[in-house]
Amino acid sequence: MNMETLFDLLLAFAMIWSAWRSLTVTRLDRAIVMFIVFGLLVAIAWVRLSAPDVGLADAAIGAGLSGALLLDAYGVFKRRET
Amino acid sequence: MRRMFVILGATFFVAFLIGSLFELEPAAVSLPTKVADNMAVSGVEHPVTAVLLNFRGYDTLLEIAVLLSALVVILAAGIDTSTEVRPSVDPVVKTLARLVAPVMAMVAIYLLWAGAFRPGGAFQAGAVLGAAAVLLHLSELIAGWKSPKVMLRLGLIGGFLIFLAVAAAMLVHGALLEYPLDWAGDLILLIESGLTISLGLILAGLFLFLTRDDGGRV
Repeated sequence: MNMETLFDLLLAFAMIWSAWRSLTVTRLDRAIVMFIVFGLLVAIAWVRLSAPDVGLADAAIGAGLSGALLLDAYGVFKRRET
Repeated sequence: MRRMFVILGATFFVAFLIGSLFELEPAAVSLPTKVADNMAVSGVEHPVTAVLLNFRGYDTLLEIAVLLSALVVILAAGIDTSTEVRPSVDPVVKTLARLVAPVMAMVAIYLLWAGAFRPGGAFQAGAVLGAAAVLLHLSELIAGWKSPKVMLRLGLIGGFLIFLAVAAAMLVHGALLEYPLDWAGDLILLIESGLTISLGLILAGLFLFLTRDDGGRV
Protein backbone atom coordinates (compact mmCIF):
# COMPACT_ATOMS: atom_id res chain seq x y z
CA MET A 1 0.00 0.00 0.00
CA ASN A 2 1.53 3.31 -1.01
CA MET A 3 1.42 6.56 0.92
CA GLU A 4 -1.39 8.13 -1.10
CA THR A 5 -3.81 5.27 -0.51
CA LEU A 6 -2.91 5.33 3.17
CA PHE A 7 -3.61 9.07 3.35
CA ASP A 8 -6.94 8.67 1.54
CA LEU A 9 -8.02 5.88 3.86
CA LEU A 10 -7.02 7.94 6.88
CA LEU A 11 -8.90 10.94 5.49
CA ALA A 12 -12.03 8.88 4.82
CA PHE A 13 -11.90 7.43 8.31
CA ALA A 14 -11.35 10.85 9.91
CA MET A 15 -14.29 12.31 7.95
CA ILE A 16 -16.69 9.59 9.09
CA TRP A 17 -15.37 9.81 12.65
CA SER A 18 -15.72 13.61 12.88
CA ALA A 19 -19.20 13.51 11.31
CA TRP A 20 -20.26 10.84 13.80
CA ARG A 21 -18.78 12.74 16.74
CA SER A 22 -20.42 16.04 15.75
CA LEU A 23 -23.80 14.29 15.74
CA THR A 24 -23.44 12.23 18.90
CA VAL A 25 -21.37 14.34 21.29
CA THR A 26 -23.55 15.79 24.06
CA ARG A 27 -21.88 19.18 24.51
CA LEU A 28 -22.96 21.65 21.83
CA ASP A 29 -19.66 23.55 21.65
CA ARG A 30 -17.72 20.34 21.01
CA ALA A 31 -20.25 19.31 18.36
CA ILE A 32 -19.71 22.64 16.57
CA VAL A 33 -15.93 22.28 16.68
CA MET A 34 -16.24 18.75 15.29
CA PHE A 35 -18.47 20.12 12.53
CA ILE A 36 -15.80 22.67 11.59
CA VAL A 37 -13.18 19.90 11.61
CA PHE A 38 -15.46 17.86 9.36
CA GLY A 39 -15.81 20.80 6.97
CA LEU A 40 -12.03 21.20 6.70
CA LEU A 41 -11.57 17.47 6.08
CA VAL A 42 -14.20 17.61 3.32
CA ALA A 43 -12.24 20.48 1.76
CA ILE A 44 -9.08 18.33 1.80
CA ALA A 45 -11.09 15.48 0.26
CA TRP A 46 -12.12 17.79 -2.61
CA VAL A 47 -8.47 18.65 -3.21
CA ARG A 48 -7.62 14.91 -3.23
CA LEU A 49 -10.33 14.45 -5.87
CA SER A 50 -8.40 17.10 -7.88
CA ALA A 51 -11.13 19.72 -7.52
CA PRO A 52 -9.26 22.51 -5.69
CA ASP A 53 -11.88 25.08 -6.78
CA VAL A 54 -14.61 23.27 -4.89
CA GLY A 55 -12.20 22.70 -2.00
CA LEU A 56 -11.52 26.44 -1.65
CA ALA A 57 -15.21 27.32 -1.64
CA ASP A 58 -16.02 24.50 0.76
CA ALA A 59 -13.31 25.50 3.23
CA ALA A 60 -14.53 29.10 3.22
CA ILE A 61 -18.29 28.45 3.35
CA GLY A 62 -18.66 24.97 4.84
CA ALA A 63 -16.09 25.25 7.59
CA GLY A 64 -15.54 28.99 7.99
CA LEU A 65 -18.79 30.88 7.59
CA SER A 66 -21.25 28.24 8.80
CA GLY A 67 -18.91 27.39 11.69
CA ALA A 68 -18.83 31.06 12.71
CA LEU A 69 -22.64 31.27 12.46
CA LEU A 70 -23.06 28.15 14.60
CA LEU A 71 -20.63 29.45 17.22
CA ASP A 72 -22.44 32.81 17.25
CA ALA A 73 -25.78 31.05 17.76
CA TYR A 74 -24.24 28.97 20.54
CA GLY A 75 -23.00 32.14 22.22
CA VAL A 76 -26.52 33.64 22.15
CA PHE A 77 -27.99 30.44 23.64
CA LYS A 78 -25.42 30.35 26.39
CA ARG A 79 -25.86 33.99 27.38
CA ARG A 80 -29.61 33.53 27.55
CA GLU A 81 -29.27 30.58 29.88
CA THR A 82 -27.18 32.41 32.42
CA MET B 1 -33.27 -4.55 19.09
CA ARG B 2 -35.01 -1.96 16.91
CA ARG B 3 -31.82 0.04 16.79
CA MET B 4 -29.92 -2.99 15.49
CA PHE B 5 -32.41 -3.34 12.61
CA VAL B 6 -32.04 0.32 11.68
CA ILE B 7 -28.24 0.09 11.71
CA LEU B 8 -28.36 -3.13 9.69
CA GLY B 9 -30.76 -1.61 7.18
CA ALA B 10 -28.65 1.53 6.82
CA THR B 11 -25.50 -0.55 6.32
CA PHE B 12 -27.15 -2.59 3.57
CA PHE B 13 -28.40 0.56 1.89
CA VAL B 14 -24.92 2.12 1.94
CA ALA B 15 -23.41 -1.10 0.56
CA PHE B 16 -26.05 -1.10 -2.18
CA LEU B 17 -25.28 2.54 -3.07
CA ILE B 18 -21.53 1.89 -3.21
CA GLY B 19 -22.13 -1.26 -5.27
CA SER B 20 -24.34 0.56 -7.76
CA LEU B 21 -21.65 3.22 -8.24
CA PHE B 22 -19.37 0.54 -9.70
CA GLU B 23 -22.12 -0.49 -12.13
CA LEU B 24 -22.42 3.00 -13.64
CA GLU B 25 -21.89 3.13 -17.38
CA PRO B 26 -19.35 5.59 -18.77
CA ALA B 27 -20.84 8.96 -19.73
CA ALA B 28 -22.08 9.20 -23.32
CA VAL B 29 -20.40 12.58 -23.87
CA SER B 30 -16.90 13.24 -22.61
CA LEU B 31 -17.31 16.73 -21.13
CA PRO B 32 -13.62 17.29 -20.26
CA THR B 33 -12.60 16.87 -23.92
CA LYS B 34 -15.42 19.17 -25.05
CA VAL B 35 -14.23 21.86 -22.61
CA ALA B 36 -10.60 21.36 -23.66
CA ASP B 37 -11.58 21.69 -27.34
CA ASN B 38 -13.35 25.00 -26.72
CA MET B 39 -10.87 26.59 -24.31
CA ALA B 40 -9.52 28.84 -27.09
CA VAL B 41 -12.85 30.68 -27.49
CA SER B 42 -13.60 31.01 -23.76
CA GLY B 43 -11.44 34.07 -23.04
CA VAL B 44 -9.84 32.48 -19.94
CA GLU B 45 -7.26 29.78 -19.40
CA HIS B 46 -8.68 27.85 -16.45
CA PRO B 47 -11.29 25.24 -17.45
CA VAL B 48 -13.40 25.64 -14.29
CA THR B 49 -13.72 29.41 -14.77
CA ALA B 50 -14.47 28.87 -18.46
CA VAL B 51 -17.33 26.52 -17.59
CA LEU B 52 -18.71 28.69 -14.78
CA LEU B 53 -18.60 32.08 -16.50
CA ASN B 54 -18.79 31.23 -20.18
CA PHE B 55 -20.07 27.81 -21.20
CA ARG B 56 -22.55 27.53 -18.33
CA GLY B 57 -22.82 31.22 -17.41
CA TYR B 58 -26.57 30.85 -17.08
CA ASP B 59 -26.15 28.59 -14.04
CA THR B 60 -23.85 31.09 -12.32
CA LEU B 61 -26.30 33.91 -13.05
CA LEU B 62 -29.09 31.97 -11.37
CA GLU B 63 -26.80 30.97 -8.50
CA ILE B 64 -26.11 34.57 -7.50
CA ALA B 65 -29.83 35.28 -7.88
CA VAL B 66 -30.61 32.44 -5.47
CA LEU B 67 -28.12 33.76 -2.88
CA LEU B 68 -29.54 37.25 -3.26
CA SER B 69 -33.09 36.03 -2.74
CA ALA B 70 -31.98 34.08 0.34
CA LEU B 71 -30.72 37.35 1.80
CA VAL B 72 -33.89 39.19 0.78
CA VAL B 73 -35.94 36.53 2.58
CA ILE B 74 -33.84 37.07 5.73
CA LEU B 75 -34.44 40.82 5.47
CA ALA B 76 -38.13 40.26 4.80
CA ALA B 77 -38.39 38.13 7.94
CA GLY B 78 -37.24 41.20 9.83
CA ILE B 79 -33.99 42.06 11.54
CA ASP B 80 -34.03 41.66 15.29
CA THR B 81 -32.65 44.98 16.47
CA SER B 82 -32.43 43.99 20.12
CA THR B 83 -28.82 43.75 21.17
CA GLU B 84 -27.18 41.74 23.87
CA VAL B 85 -24.16 42.88 25.80
CA ARG B 86 -21.31 40.45 25.69
CA PRO B 87 -17.89 40.43 27.29
CA SER B 88 -15.54 42.80 25.49
CA VAL B 89 -12.96 41.41 23.12
CA ASP B 90 -9.35 40.90 24.04
CA PRO B 91 -7.20 43.79 22.66
CA VAL B 92 -4.79 41.22 21.22
CA VAL B 93 -7.61 39.79 19.10
CA LYS B 94 -8.53 43.29 17.95
CA THR B 95 -4.99 44.10 16.89
CA LEU B 96 -4.70 40.74 15.12
CA ALA B 97 -7.98 41.36 13.27
CA ARG B 98 -6.71 44.80 12.21
CA LEU B 99 -3.57 43.18 10.82
CA VAL B 100 -5.27 40.21 9.15
CA ALA B 101 -8.24 41.96 7.50
CA PRO B 102 -6.21 43.90 4.88
CA VAL B 103 -4.29 40.71 4.04
CA MET B 104 -7.60 38.89 3.57
CA ALA B 105 -8.79 41.63 1.23
CA MET B 106 -5.58 41.21 -0.77
CA VAL B 107 -6.01 37.41 -0.88
CA ALA B 108 -9.54 37.98 -2.20
CA ILE B 109 -8.24 40.20 -5.00
CA TYR B 110 -5.54 37.66 -5.81
CA LEU B 111 -8.10 34.81 -5.95
CA LEU B 112 -10.26 36.90 -8.26
CA TRP B 113 -7.38 37.67 -10.58
CA ALA B 114 -5.99 34.12 -10.45
CA GLY B 115 -9.37 32.67 -11.43
CA ALA B 116 -8.57 33.30 -15.08
CA PHE B 117 -5.78 30.73 -15.21
CA ARG B 118 -5.71 28.64 -12.00
CA PRO B 119 -8.06 27.56 -9.18
CA GLY B 120 -9.77 30.59 -7.72
CA GLY B 121 -12.46 32.94 -8.91
CA ALA B 122 -15.32 35.14 -7.82
CA PHE B 123 -17.01 32.75 -5.44
CA GLN B 124 -13.88 31.93 -3.45
CA ALA B 125 -12.79 35.57 -3.41
CA GLY B 126 -16.24 36.62 -2.22
CA ALA B 127 -16.14 34.01 0.54
CA VAL B 128 -12.80 35.38 1.79
CA LEU B 129 -14.19 38.93 1.74
CA GLY B 130 -17.26 37.80 3.66
CA ALA B 131 -15.10 35.99 6.21
CA ALA B 132 -13.01 39.16 6.67
CA ALA B 133 -16.16 41.16 7.44
CA VAL B 134 -17.32 38.52 9.93
CA LEU B 135 -13.90 38.57 11.59
CA LEU B 136 -14.01 42.36 11.88
CA HIS B 137 -17.47 42.17 13.36
CA LEU B 138 -16.56 39.48 15.88
CA SER B 139 -13.59 41.54 17.06
CA GLU B 140 -16.00 44.50 17.45
CA LEU B 141 -14.37 46.67 14.83
CA ILE B 142 -17.50 47.01 12.70
CA ALA B 143 -21.09 47.00 13.95
CA GLY B 144 -23.80 44.54 12.91
CA TRP B 145 -26.02 45.75 10.07
CA LYS B 146 -29.31 46.78 11.55
CA SER B 147 -30.71 48.52 8.50
CA PRO B 148 -29.23 48.31 4.99
CA LYS B 149 -28.37 51.77 3.68
CA VAL B 150 -28.45 52.75 0.02
CA MET B 151 -24.75 52.02 -0.58
CA LEU B 152 -25.04 48.60 1.02
CA ARG B 153 -28.15 47.77 -1.01
CA LEU B 154 -26.35 48.80 -4.20
CA GLY B 155 -23.38 46.63 -3.28
CA LEU B 156 -25.61 43.65 -2.55
CA ILE B 157 -27.40 43.72 -5.90
CA GLY B 158 -24.51 45.21 -7.93
CA GLY B 159 -22.95 41.88 -8.98
CA PHE B 160 -26.26 40.46 -10.13
CA LEU B 161 -27.14 43.65 -12.03
CA ILE B 162 -23.76 43.78 -13.81
CA PHE B 163 -24.09 40.13 -14.74
CA LEU B 164 -27.64 40.67 -15.98
CA ALA B 165 -26.67 43.82 -17.90
CA VAL B 166 -23.80 42.03 -19.66
CA ALA B 167 -26.04 39.04 -20.40
CA ALA B 168 -28.72 41.32 -21.86
CA ALA B 169 -26.21 43.36 -23.85
CA MET B 170 -25.05 40.16 -25.54
CA LEU B 171 -28.54 39.80 -27.03
CA VAL B 172 -27.55 42.49 -29.54
CA HIS B 173 -24.83 40.23 -30.92
CA GLY B 174 -26.73 36.99 -30.83
CA ALA B 175 -27.64 34.82 -27.91
CA LEU B 176 -27.89 35.51 -24.18
CA LEU B 177 -24.48 35.27 -22.45
CA GLU B 178 -22.60 34.56 -25.68
CA TYR B 179 -19.52 36.75 -25.40
CA PRO B 180 -17.71 37.97 -28.53
CA LEU B 181 -14.29 36.38 -28.72
CA ASP B 182 -12.25 39.58 -28.39
CA TRP B 183 -13.99 40.81 -25.26
CA ALA B 184 -14.66 37.51 -23.52
CA GLY B 185 -11.74 37.82 -21.08
CA ASP B 186 -12.52 41.43 -20.12
CA LEU B 187 -16.25 40.81 -19.76
CA ILE B 188 -15.61 37.78 -17.54
CA LEU B 189 -13.26 39.85 -15.35
CA LEU B 190 -15.88 42.62 -15.10
CA ILE B 191 -18.62 40.15 -14.12
CA GLU B 192 -16.32 38.40 -11.66
CA SER B 193 -15.30 41.68 -9.99
CA GLY B 194 -18.94 42.60 -9.48
CA LEU B 195 -19.77 39.12 -8.26
CA THR B 196 -16.89 39.14 -5.76
CA ILE B 197 -18.05 42.32 -4.06
CA SER B 198 -21.71 41.29 -4.03
CA LEU B 199 -20.97 37.75 -2.85
CA GLY B 200 -18.71 39.07 -0.10
CA LEU B 201 -21.45 41.43 1.09
CA ILE B 202 -24.18 38.79 0.80
CA LEU B 203 -22.21 36.16 2.71
CA ALA B 204 -21.20 38.74 5.32
CA GLY B 205 -24.83 39.86 5.43
CA LEU B 206 -26.00 36.33 6.25
CA PHE B 207 -23.97 36.78 9.43
CA LEU B 208 -24.13 40.49 10.15
CA PHE B 209 -27.88 40.88 9.64
CA LEU B 210 -28.63 37.90 11.86
CA THR B 211 -26.16 38.45 14.65
CA ARG B 212 -27.48 39.85 17.92
CA ASP B 213 -24.24 41.27 19.28
CA ASP B 214 -24.17 45.00 19.55
CA GLY B 215 -20.63 45.10 18.13
CA GLY B 216 -18.76 48.25 17.21
CA ARG B 217 -18.14 49.20 20.82
CA VAL B 218 -14.57 50.30 20.52
